Amino acid sequence: MEEMVDKIIEQNGAKESALLAVLMDIQGEYNYLPRPALELVSKKLGVSMSRISYMATFFTAFSLEERGKHITTVCMGTACHVRGATRLVEELERVLEIKAGETTDDKQFTLETVNCVGACALGPLIITDGEFQGNMTSPKVSRLIKKLRKED
Amino acid sequence: MQQIRSMKELESFREGLVKGRDPDRKFISVCTGTGCQAYKCDDLVANLRAEIKRVGLDAEIETKATGCPGFCERGTLVTIYPEKIFYQRVRPEHATEIVERTLVKGEIVEELLFVDDATGKTIVNEDDVPFYKQQQQELLGPNRILDPTSLDDYLAIGGYGALSKVLNELKPDDVIDQITASGLRGRGGGGFPAGVKWRTCRDAPGDIRYVICNADEGDPGAFMDRCLLEANPHSILEGMIIGAYAIGAAEGYVYVRNEYPVAAANVGLAVDKAREAGLLGKNILGKKGFDFDVEIIRGGGAFVCGESTALMASIEGFVGEPRAKHIHTVEQGLNDKPTNLNNVETWANVPLIMNKGVDWFTAIGTGDVSENPWGGSKGTKIFSLVGKVKNTGLVEVPMGITLRKIIYDIGGGVSDGKKFKGVQTGGPSGGCLPEAFLDQPVDFDELTKAGSMMGSGGMIVLDEDTCMVDFARYFLNFLRDESCGKCTSCREGLEQMYQLTDDICEGRAGPDHLGLLNELAEVVKDASLCALGQTAANPVLSTLRYYRDEYEAHIYRRECPAKVCKPLIRFSINSECNGCNLCLRNCPYDAITGEKKKGDTYKIDQEKCTQCRICFESCKFDAVSIDTGVMR
Ligand SMILES: Cc1cc2nc3c(=O)[nH]c(=O)nc-3n(C[C@H](O)[C@H](O)[C@H](O)COP(=O)(O)O)c2cc1C
Ligand code: FES
Repeated sequence: MEEMVDKIIEQNGAKESALLAVLMDIQGEYNYLPRPALELVSKKLGVSMSRISYMATFFTAFSLEERGKHITTVCMGTACHVRGATRLVEELERVLEIKAGETTDDKQFTLETVNCVGACALGPLIITDGEFQGNMTSPKVSRLIKKLRKED
Repeated sequence: MQQIRSMKELESFREGLVKGRDPDRKFISVCTGTGCQAYKCDDLVANLRAEIKRVGLDAEIETKATGCPGFCERGTLVTIYPEKIFYQRVRPEHATEIVERTLVKGEIVEELLFVDDATGKTIVNEDDVPFYKQQQQELLGPNRILDPTSLDDYLAIGGYGALSKVLNELKPDDVIDQITASGLRGRGGGGFPAGVKWRTCRDAPGDIRYVICNADEGDPGAFMDRCLLEANPHSILEGMIIGAYAIGAAEGYVYVRNEYPVAAANVGLAVDKAREAGLLGKNILGKKGFDFDVEIIRGGGAFVCGESTALMASIEGFVGEPRAKHIHTVEQGLNDKPTNLNNVETWANVPLIMNKGVDWFTAIGTGDVSENPWGGSKGTKIFSLVGKVKNTGLVEVPMGITLRKIIYDIGGGVSDGKKFKGVQTGGPSGGCLPEAFLDQPVDFDELTKAGSMMGSGGMIVLDEDTCMVDFARYFLNFLRDESCGKCTSCREGLEQMYQLTDDICEGRAGPDHLGLLNELAEVVKDASLCALGQTAANPVLSTLRYYRDEYEAHIYRRECPAKVCKPLIRFSINSECNGCNLCLRNCPYDAITGEKKKGDTYKIDQEKCTQCRICFESCKFDAVSIDTGVMR
């Protein structure tokens, strides 16, 4: 991990102002911010852990916990909201037995929300592992999850 | 690519490009914007290229993967030039047919044509499609013929010509004067005159100055900026370089929202190519002493980071908390140096104005800006027309056009034959207007008078199925999440306002709730530090003003007229039922009982029902009814 963190710091320039970019890259690499990596960043950039955790909890791009294999994101932008996005979240919460923001115990699914991905014509929409599932309805939700489970 | 060192070199390079390209050549352009990605447009591009190769036309016919021209509803969009044959809802499997029939034989593939609802006729030429015909696409227009990854494409349509003209003919002060005279106002929502801001920044004491492009686009439901960045990143860079010259900045930043990876990649690539060509870097286009470079910063996903001081804090590596603006960022912004921040669309307008002239720009729009840059709203504005509207997409129109024209003539009206209820503009800082305001002209000042605002261009159409209280609660929920928490009024006030609307939606509210909501709204507005808090009450205030009866129905009669709020509605199965038992099979809570093929025997156990709506959405016979005013 140290090697990776070094590489990321080097790419972004070892300066304090690169903190956000460094954290973004770590998130990109591990899909969350592992504590040991943050401790390395703290040491190497000379910024306190408290400032790092302030950043990590302030921005929605970051997650402090390991995320699941499948990231399931429901768009909660205004256009998707008026087309019933809330119901999709509720149905996903029921099917996956977790709340939005959580990961299933078997680490298979993480349920997240996002505010508009700019594909409002397709709303309401769910993004599973980067793929857009447009014009979603609640009845389609359990089928979608079943399909993802089967593909594994 | 070799460096372009002067206006002459730029022009001769451009000439070479244009000469090499027959204006009548055939090519096929495919929208690969984010909206069309969902329809696997990348596969379509690959299939088209493979098919064109198979029939041996690959030397003659190029397949261009372009950005978005706006008609997202009908994606994937394909246009064949020079005839401008317009195909819509194209899927990867249509590639063979398009190539064999249209490219080889010159026939039209009827099934892919747009059908005009009004006349029932098919339309072949893209320019005749009503959605486009009533727009004035000055900014979006070029998207359809540009490969966003190609600097040559941008140069071929005259790109960087405005920059070269500015560097050769104008002094920085002249540029600022022209921008001021054009009446260009900030497209990020505030509508501050760009020229006035540039002037203050230029005149602020200090040697180092910055220009920044705000591509945080936080308004949920708006994607104008994303589209411009993805489709035509060089136009924004060109605007920024002109701005840097005028203001005297040597460094610039583009702050891109985390959720827009393609946009960030495309501007990043554009920066690299511009630098390679000598359009960024030292002595740009041979202009001695004019150095400027741009860095891309990815945002961390926080709405408040779109606010100027928070954005700059975030670039400095801090959390995005706004600060009080006794000292303006144009005087002390990024790293405490004078900083000029403009929105993506504002920057994109700059080369247009420099190219086509102030008079051309002031001829579009409303008011008179000759004396006072606040005197009107000039130029076009892009709106993201979404929600319950037939033609979802991006719409670029001259300011001053009415809401009705946008929603009905361009947008095709409300989708699914439903009744219009309102239109929300200005995002979480804006408001909602009912039908009576449809003939209101849209510009910076008119919508504000009506209690809403134009904002950055989000336009969400609402129909009878939208509950206005739930809608106000939605924005409060968004804002309480996004409040940075620095000031108490915003942090706690929004939370309490959210709770109040939640009470109303959940049927827990009493007669005092509306008064409290109003009072809190005023406090949050008055006592908050940045515009997030100062405008946060607008969605509530405007819905209270125009849809008060709906609030009252929730409170006094426990009714949700739009049949949305769960505790106030009840589901039942009516006599349209033909006994298919789909509802029973789909109900996740085993709340439905009945026997197959015996119509009318299905019952919903109200104790078990959670109002999840799955039966309602599954039923193909409209046999599930929703009643309201029936709180248990
Ligand atoms: C909470 C908040 C969020 C904002 N978000 C954005 C945004 O996403 N994009 C933007 O261009 N301006 C946004 N603004 C406005 C900016 O503060 C600023 O006025 C604008 O970028 C200036 O550029 P302009 O004059 O070209 O519009 C936001 C303001 C506030 C208070
Ligand atoms: S609101 Fe969901 S994609 Fe825009």
